[in-house]
Amino acid sequence: MVTPMRSMRVNQCGKIHEVKAKGELGRRIRDMGLVPGTDLVIVGRAPLYDPVAIRMRGYTLTLRNSEADLIQVEVD
Amino acid sequence: MEKIRVAVAGQPNCGKSTMFNAITGATARVGNYPGITVDRLEGRYRMDGFDIQLVDLPGTYSLTSYSLEEVVARDMIVDERPDAVLCMIDATALERSLYLVIQLMEMEIPVVIGLNMMDEAKRKGIRIDTAKLSRLLGVPVVECVARLGVGKDLLMKEVAATAAKHALNFEPIKISYGADLDPFVDRMVELIEAEIPKGNRPPARWLATKLLEGDEIIAERMHAHGSIADRLEKITAEAEKAMETRTGSYPEAIIADRRYGFINGLVRQDVLFRESDLRFDFSDKVDKVLTHRILGPLIMLGVLWTMFYITFTLGAAPQGWVEDGFGWLAYLGSTYIPEGLLQSLIVSGIIDGVGAVVSFAPLILIMFVMLVFLEDLGYMARVAYMVDKVFRIFGLHGMSVMPLVMSGGMPGGCAVPGVMAARTLRSPRERLATILTAPFMVCGAKTTAYIMLIAAFFPQNATLAMFLVVLTSWFFVLVVARILRSTVIRGEHTPFVMELPPYRLPTVRGVAIHAWDRVWQYLKKAGTVILAVSIFMWAMMTFPQLPESETAEFDAQREQVAQQVQAENSGMDAAQIQELIDQRTLAIDELESETALKNSIAGRVSMAIKPVTDLAGFPWQANIAFVGAFAAKEVFVSTMSTAYSMGDVDPEESASLSEKIGNDKAWTLPVVFSVFLFMLMYTPCMVTVVAIARESNWKWAAFSVWGMLLFAFAVSTVVYQVGSAL
Repeated sequence: MVTPMRSMRVNQCGKIHEVKAKGELGRRIRDMGLVPGTDLVIVGRAPLYDPVAIRMRGYTLTLRNSEADLIQVEVD
Repeated sequence: MEKIRVAVAGQPNCGKSTMFNAITGATARVGNYPGITVDRLEGRYRMDGFDIQLVDLPGTYSLTSYSLEEVVARDMIVDERPDAVLCMIDATALERSLYLVIQLMEMEIPVVIGLNMMDEAKRKGIRIDTAKLSRLLGVPVVECVARLGVGKDLLMKEVAATAAKHALNFEPIKISYGADLDPFVDRMVELIEAEIPKGNRPPARWLATKLLEGDEIIAERMHAHGSIADRLEKITAEAEKAMETRTGSYPEAIIADRRYGFINGLVRQDVLFRESDLRFDFSDKVDKVLTHRILGPLIMLGVLWTMFYITFTLGAAPQGWVEDGFGWLAYLGSTYIPEGLLQSLIVSGIIDGVGAVVSFAPLILIMFVMLVFLEDLGYMARVAYMVDKVFRIFGLHGMSVMPLVMSGGMPGGCAVPGVMAARTLRSPRERLATILTAPFMVCGAKTTAYIMLIAAFFPQNATLAMFLVVLTSWFFVLVVARILRSTVIRGEHTPFVMELPPYRLPTVRGVAIHAWDRVWQYLKKAGTVILAVSIFMWAMMTFPQLPESETAEFDAQREQVAQQVQAENSGMDAAQIQELIDQRTLAIDELESETALKNSIAGRVSMAIKPVTDLAGFPWQANIAFVGAFAAKEVFVSTMSTAYSMGDVDPEESASLSEKIGNDKAWTLPVVFSVFLFMLMYTPCMVTVVAIARESNWKWAAFSVWGMLLFAFAVSTVVYQVGSAL
């Protein structure tokens, strides 16, 4: 099932299906290694549910929900 | 001896600075890249006949010109063509680190890899086949532990060998961007090689890649080569269209995907062994507590409060020493320099003015030691993560919290280190908004003014009043930030995408070097400008001097009192009589200094602007105090006391002044509120203005001087007028 990253639960795993972000944001997201095929897991959310922290490629990254919206993830 | 020039690159938090310091030791020097505020660190390494000059590039995740730092790093490599690039990488985040390495290699420059954090990687169960990595990439890879200096000599040996080898024969890397995109790259390379002579441009393949990536800076620069720019642009457009129809994607995304694809292919050839890509590490577990929904914010407040407390209690002693030192200098000045203008200039102008500034140096040092410590530890990233949601609403960034707190988010801070602390913000628009609003905070100097005013008008509810002042300052910071971000600093949010680096204990040396750099720059830069402004403010409040007829009149009055005292107490000895005379003539001295202040340029200016400031209801004494407080906000209290003919009053012992002001009928409640708000928000002190100029530019510093003046005045006027009408 493919879903936007925003709707993923904490501790849920998935594989990036598509990154829709363009321009500066898209570049930034890809630079950090969020490209299709990357495995990730949701580590947690900030106290106000935003941003979200994910673990992938051996390190931890945070993004805002508005940015996570642009990343489609294939979850089990 | 052979000279080799080396650029040191690396991603943030990879230990690059630590290794740079270990290699260069005491030879490191901070400079600036021309025209911008990014530091340029240079150093030297000499051993076994090598003389290696190293330049530390800003830490960047990539070189796709996302930020100022990336442009700086890229331009340095393109323009200065160092003999080799040393790229420090984090063994615990190998793939992401290699992404930078690949981009450096694509610039067709010899690269040496320093594989750092090997100890941590081993602890985490990560194994890397270094020899294989080196063979597959075709570049030397040296295992390092920068914290302990492990690997530095071997690294330098490899750098020297690589530079020497590649001077003769260099075979650049060629990554395929796929069957769809490669033909376009080839066409562009052919065109560039045919049209622009080799010595006149960066490598053709790199240029082609950048153009396909839609790099605006590079595209702009191609226009210097004439019509070829348009032809290349046409090919780029063609490629974009072809990718859109064939793959539904665009060249930039395809290039990034292929780079990561290349890296994946590389590490899968038994280079990297890791239990799982997704296993939570120690830091993630710690974060379950430190960024917990309820505990997280509580711990954060505790940490901020502790930092604050330590800075201003631990800092109070050395600050006192510095003040005492300057006090002693002032004493020497008034003892050994004959009374008159020269003494006044040196003591009141130079020593007092510069002393006020230098006395902040201990606070800045302590504050930065802790700030750098928390930053290097990785905690600041967590703070930003937790508060981002709130700050974003007002056009700021999670990372804005620290500069604002430092500036006086809790009373007693100082906007100078606050503005400087804004450096940790990587997003330029949010950073500027933070720098421009941080001076609204209730700094230590403003606190002295508020203590005096609150004692005068709200003696019953002093704590509550102070608390409300602080709340008001936060309110205006957020509101003004919002206004700025939708007007002069308009623009989208900078993407937040931020690493939560693993918690790592910083090295003492790294923290010390970092913090000392900041303090030294503060002393050097601020010191020179402040000296000039101090002298200027002194002159404003001294000239023109009272005409001789008036000073003669005061002298006559004093003489009269003296004679009277002598006549009344003829039985006493001379010393006692002198004491009595001094007591009795004090009132005359004070009246004289009040008259002199009114007569000075500063006094005349405040009289001249009175018709305007009457709109906001300021009493004339506040007017002149506001003018004087531009030098340093502490001056508000001392100028008020002169204006109320109190003579010199220590800002910390202003009780009698408060009494006098409290009894002055001119201070109605609307006036009080108006003055309180103006004090909060008007033009920052000159030291802060210099800091703002240094951290942005003089244009923004001027904006902060005039913009804040107008804004504060508008708010005060509204409050006074509405308050008076009610």
